[in-house]
Amino acid sequence: MASFDQRAARAVMRLSPGDNVAVALRPLKSGETVMLDGVEIAIRRHIAVGHKFAARTIEKGEIILKYNCPIGTAISRIAPGEYVHTHNVESNYLPTYVLPK
Amino acid sequence: MKLQGYLRADGRKGVRNVLVVAYLVECAHHVAREIASPFRERGVHLIGFPGCYPNAYSLGMMEKLCTHPNVGAALLVSLGCEGFDKRRLARTIESSGRPVFTIGIQDKGGTRRAMAAGREWVEATLADIARQQPVPMGIDELTVGTICGGSDATSGLTANPAMGVAFDLLVADGAKTIFEETGELIGMEHLMAARAANPALGEELKRSVAKAATYYATLGYASFAPGNADGGLTTIEEKSLGAYAKSGQSTIDGIVKPGIAPPRKGLYLLDVVPDGEVRFGFPNINDNAEIAELIACGSQLILFSTGRGSVVGSAIAPVIKVCANPETYKRMEEDMDVDAGRILDGRATLPEVGREIYELVQRVGGGEPTKSEALGHQEFILTYKSFEPLGPACLPV
Repeated sequence: MASFDQRAARAVMRLSPGDNVAVALRPLKSGETVMLDGVEIAIRRHIAVGHKFAARTIEKGEIILKYNCPIGTAISRIAPGEYVHTHNVESNYLPTYVLPK
Repeated sequence: MKLQGYLRADGRKGVRNVLVVAYLVECAHHVAREIASPFRERGVHLIGFPGCYPNAYSLGMMEKLCTHPNVGAALLVSLGCEGFDKRRLARTIESSGRPVFTIGIQDKGGTRRAMAAGREWVEATLADIARQQPVPMGIDELTVGTICGGSDATSGLTANPAMGVAFDLLVADGAKTIFEETGELIGMEHLMAARAANPALGEELKRSVAKAATYYATLGYASFAPGNADGGLTTIEEKSLGAYAKSGQSTIDGIVKPGIAPPRKGLYLLDVVPDGEVRFGFPNINDNAEIAELIACGSQLILFSTGRGSVVGSAIAPVIKVCANPETYKRMEEDMDVDAGRILDGRATLPEVGREIYELVQRVGGGEPTKSEALGHQEFILTYKSFEPLGPACLPV
């Protein structure tokens, strides 16, 4: 279930209550503060619409959860409000297929 | 409007009472279209198979479509020399209790005579099937399919999870629900397996995704494109998650292939990727190929999520369009049934939009036309494929 903060309903969205990342619903500026489930989070760099930031501190090796599903693993410690993308997350997907030779 | 349906001889109920005009080869397409066109507003839909060489998949699809619960009668239009087994198709329709008539263009003496004979039969048969009155219908008599097309970054945030909520409500009420598409579920196979009714089905779910991944890789389809990362998607898992959200949270009860109806209530994955070596090109060349397969599995209604703004409907079954992106909705409101983008700007919650879709399914099932139906959309496409029978673990008892 999605949760919204009334004061910042248009800014950010966490898709499932247990997620450690949230999604920008409008471009977020470096240094601005957004409210997520009653907690103030300082955004640490520009985040484009649809992109993710840490909703809390994420330790190195921690699974990234979005919509309560694992989408990868943090390859470094990620502070709240920091941009979460390919520079600090890697896929856990091991292809279950091989191409025919 | 309350859910109601047309009771068929096999006990299933249709939410529409369509007369299909079906061409059995591209050479008969024009005549079939001309027969159907004066009756477009009166529930006559055009379907067909363009190939000349026979194919078990397309014959099976046509049998399932012409005996679909939403179909009340069928006119088959044949050139005469094509390879399609028209006698078998006509027998299948006839034994389902539906009026059926085959017109051979060569036998009739050409285009004009075939058109006249076809229109005469359609006019008489429309009057015949119009006498059937709909009867009350339960949600547990519904099969609903779901698909996404023209997706963007908002699809996985609003429309797809909202359709997942609607699916959960339908499953709880005893409906049969079908999601797809294995090529868009790469990276989700372990999550899906964990939701399977039993471990053997879980292995089959993983196998179906592996088949899709191999098939697409052979065709040179990249699973995760640079554009996905530009849109904010970090990993293949995250990309597939958006499509996967359509399935909701219910237990996965089985895997079906095109033309196979879910045997019981619950949630089923439709495996649309052909078996065996890669032949015949892309598994589904557009969204309507997949919609036709969902319908052939018995879906009386289709839920379609779109971010960029698809406009399609379908022959045979109403398509409910759930628009993910609020900007797209503003631009294309006339084509959209549900404004799921309200979730983004806080005008509605995910559970609210999910329930709205669930309630709309029942109204459309009761006869309320969808936007695409009202605009006359009746897209249809069917191409070559080949499948092996389902493995024994695909439909646990």
